[in-house]
Amino acid sequence: MAELAHPAAARSSRNWRPGAPGATATITVLCIALLLSAVASATVGAAGIPLERLMAAAFGTGADTPLLARDQLVLWSVRLPRILLAAIVGALLGAAGTLMQGLFRNPLADPGLVGVSAGGALAAAAAIVFGDRLLHATGWRPPFELLPVAAFVGSLIATVILYRIATREGRTSVATFLLAGLALGALAMAGVGLLVFMADDRQLRDITFWTLGSLTGATWPKVASLAPIVLALVVAMPFMARSLDLLVLGEAEAFHMGIAVERLKRYAIVAVAAATGAAVSISGVIGFVGIIVPHLLRLVIGPGHRLLLPSSMLFGAILLMIADTFARTVAAPAELPIGILTALIGAPFFLSLLLRQRGVFGL
Amino acid sequence: MVRVSQNGRSAWRSVLAAGALLAVTLQGAAAEGVTVKDASGREVRVEDASHIVSIGGAVTEILYALGLEKRIVAIDITSLYPPRAMAEKPNVGYMRALSPEGVLGLNPSLVLATEGSGPKEAIAVLQSAKVPFVLVPDPYSGEGIIEKLNLIAKVTGEEAKGACLAARVRSDLDAVAALRKRIDKPVKVLFVLSFVNGRAMVAGRNTAADGIIKLAGGVNAISEYEGYKPINDESVIAANPDFVLAMNRGPESLTAEAVFANAAFSATAASAHKAFVSMDGLYLLGFGPRTARAARDLAAALYPELHADKLPSETTGGAAQDCP
Repeated sequence: MAELAHPAAARSSRNWRPGAPGATATITVLCIALLLSAVASATVGAAGIPLERLMAAAFGTGADTPLLARDQLVLWSVRLPRILLAAIVGALLGAAGTLMQGLFRNPLADPGLVGVSAGGALAAAAAIVFGDRLLHATGWRPPFELLPVAAFVGSLIATVILYRIATREGRTSVATFLLAGLALGALAMAGVGLLVFMADDRQLRDITFWTLGSLTGATWPKVASLAPIVLALVVAMPFMARSLDLLVLGEAEAFHMGIAVERLKRYAIVAVAAATGAAVSISGVIGFVGIIVPHLLRLVIGPGHRLLLPSSMLFGAILLMIADTFARTVAAPAELPIGILTALIGAPFFLSLLLRQRGVFGL
Repeated sequence: MVRVSQNGRSAWRSVLAAGALLAVTLQGAAAEGVTVKDASGREVRVEDASHIVSIGGAVTEILYALGLEKRIVAIDITSLYPPRAMAEKPNVGYMRALSPEGVLGLNPSLVLATEGSGPKEAIAVLQSAKVPFVLVPDPYSGEGIIEKLNLIAKVTGEEAKGACLAARVRSDLDAVAALRKRIDKPVKVLFVLSFVNGRAMVAGRNTAADGIIKLAGGVNAISEYEGYKPINDESVIAANPDFVLAMNRGPESLTAEAVFANAAFSATAASAHKAFVSMDGLYLLGFGPRTARAARDLAAALYPELHADKLPSETTGGAAQDCP
């Protein structure tokens, strides 16, 4: 049964098992790794700034030359926002994946799987194909970029529809949610296909590259727009962690142990939708981070959500930051879509995990 | 039983001759038929060029320039010039999303499609159909325009007019080449195809944009990759273009403000002078009869100090219709 997917959690309510590192140690190690990868990532880029000039740009030492001004602009206005954005999007995807898997008590659940990302992709494709024409016809000048807002709203709408379908008489069926999600995802992708058919050459390229995901075009305002969602997740996590742990035992069992199961589901779904929608709106569709991150972490630190949730944010951030460093350098001056990279690494890795653990999950 | 005698053979010959004469009168302009090698390398036999489906902006433009608009039964949605074409001709849709049935259903006697038309399956069906299908080459160079012109003139049986138009285009191209010779220091130009949510799609090698930049005496700022690809922010700074070039698509077009508001673009040489050029898409990238003029216009924007002159075709004031 899926309920027994993580037997370790059922064994221990303190989320600790012999041989697993402690919570403080885990978080400390992950934080240090995040910092190190950020620093390493900051030293490379297509603009090719040597290390000593980079130090000067970072700490503002040396003569006030045009070269220094250029280096500073590259570092502070282009490279740093991008590194931060990669970290934030990675954290969002990691958290969304972990929440989704906890909620569904299914290690295969992923926001990309249940149509949330597909809803965002459909709205984004519509914005690419009709956006210009719509804005021109109505004379409306929105104070924001149409595409990210559309993608965010699209993800939320997909989630609301899913939630409505899966909820009857106040109870949300997790199985229905998952299955309806698959169908909704297929429907949304058919819609994207239709838009691809209608698009001209230029729009077609935009849609294609958007659905492959990329963090290029990172700016401080984009970082700032995602920061509140990350903060909200960090604040909400401790409240959800214990409930998610008890949910592993089964909905009825969790209910009898005093968990407001329906409310938990609602909050978790809102959190997943917000995190996924925000990530999709900024970076396009980036697959496999949400599924790989919690899996890997569970192997090392065990399945307890109190530690798993913050760790998956940190680890997601590290993973995406490293992947993005490759995405922005290996094909320079072009940009390798990061979704290709994560799928290229993620899919075989996931398969090898499955092969090794076939017995454990009873798959 | 027929006894073949000396007499009989000559009778047959006169019947054949009469038949051929009849065929000539029925078919009108393109009488004998020609065999051409098209861009796909196939030998295509064209016997009747009286009902043409024209796919591709430059192909339609050349047909109009040759005065053959009456023979066009349909165009595609990239055929934006001359503007009246769109209003007066049926449309087979987008050149990269053709439907063989939609094309053949118009009962054409000839299909002229520019290289790059698709999808592949539709092209394969059209190539295997009875109606001759000629794929017109689309290299992004001055010679490429002449090549296109000659091929279209040949299959439509308008070789005299075609030669006249080709000579006109060549003298224009020569004038642009002379203009290029006067350039001391070539400028670097970055062509932005689209700019969505801070992501720029930029032209590399082997693109129409690359071709027209070269023709105008500029240097494509991006030569590391082929085709149109999303570019890395930092690479924009590293490439440091002197000019940003974009397509003018009417009121929805990209603006200089939008481009230079981006941090990466703001750090380029182009930003310092707000050096942003926007031109009509087909005019700029079509590689048709007007391309020399587009190259001259672009050169005039890139090198105002050269005071680019009018081209021969503009001073003698004639379109191809004046050709004998």
